[in-house]
Amino acid sequence: MKTVDARGLSCPQPVILLKKAMGSKENAYELIADSQTVVENCTRFAKSQGYNVSVNDNGGEFKLSITK
Amino acid sequence: MGYDKSDDASVYKISEDTAVINTTDFFPPIVDDPYLFGQIAAANAISDVYAMGGVPKLALNVMTVPKSLDMDTVREILRGGYDKAMEAGVIITGGHTINSEEPIYGLAVTGFVHPDKVLSNSAARPGDALILTKRLGTGIITTAAKADADMVDSQVLESVYAQMATLNKYAAEVMADFDVHSCTDITGFGLVGHACEMAMGSATSIHIQAEGLNYYKDAMEFADMGLIPAGAYNNRDYTKGKVLNESGIPLALEDILYDPQTSGGLLIALPMDQAEACLKRMAAAGVTACKAGFVTEADDYEIYIEK
Repeated sequence: MKTVDARGLSCPQPVILLKKAMGSKENAYELIADSQTVVENCTRFAKSQGYNVSVNDNGGEFKLSITK
Repeated sequence: MGYDKSDDASVYKISEDTAVINTTDFFPPIVDDPYLFGQIAAANAISDVYAMGGVPKLALNVMTVPKSLDMDTVREILRGGYDKAMEAGVIITGGHTINSEEPIYGLAVTGFVHPDKVLSNSAARPGDALILTKRLGTGIITTAAKADADMVDSQVLESVYAQMATLNKYAAEVMADFDVHSCTDITGFGLVGHACEMAMGSATSIHIQAEGLNYYKDAMEFADMGLIPAGAYNNRDYTKGKVLNESGIPLALEDILYDPQTSGGLLIALPMDQAEACLKRMAAAGVTACKAGFVTEADDYEIYIEK
């Protein structure tokens, strides 16, 4: 499973990275983020590409499980 | 104007018939073309004077440039500023530039207004209609362009850039012929943020009629893809608890209501029975404008988002 590390990045960079990663059309990705904005934007991008997203908040560090 | 009402500029009365308006705004490049950037920065800085009901007359350049920036680029930025200022009838008489890591450009602008004609952003009255000029969604479109320029239709992007470089002068000239109670320009806080300031300052509530607004339709698609500037989320946070939205409008349209604008349009409160005539005059003057909602007595929330 591909992991996108979006920590320290500001929008729209994380969405760009996720979009690039999704070029491989896998069924599952993981994204690590450290801001709510990145979580929301990446969730919306993943959903627009037909993925489901679940978010795990680990005290300010978020892990997004993105699956088909 | 006082410090408590978050007005667009400072106003100082120097005689019975003249008050001075002072304002400044500047930011780092938001477009690649330096000439266009200069124009947008100038249009944005001058806008506050129009929002106060004044006529801009003088300006000073405010600029920082990294040592690495070539002189041609610097000259192009300044040329954009001068040309836009000239269109506004503003003379740039000088300014100041320092070295810095990031380039920044803007203006400190001086304008004049009759003390009785000052438009504050906190004088909307129940029964007023709200008119909004320019289109919303430019923050989302420029964010999408930053992510991947190929994703944005070039004509749409050109239109967004042209709009950001458009002076609010023409809208202000039309507005001057009506009994406008209150005005502000839409910038970083987005439509909801600035409307919220107007509602709070005026001790009223404001109803925003979302589906009648002018906005870039492509911004809906990009919002659904998560290409939303962080500022839009901040604006949502700032206004939390002050906004009631039971409209059922799509989330993407809601995002557009919170989208921060660079050099956005004017939000004008005027008597309801003058709204149609004002919109007609705006159209005749080539100004993009629409009815954005209406003002009521203060209710439980500052802002009501409706269909």
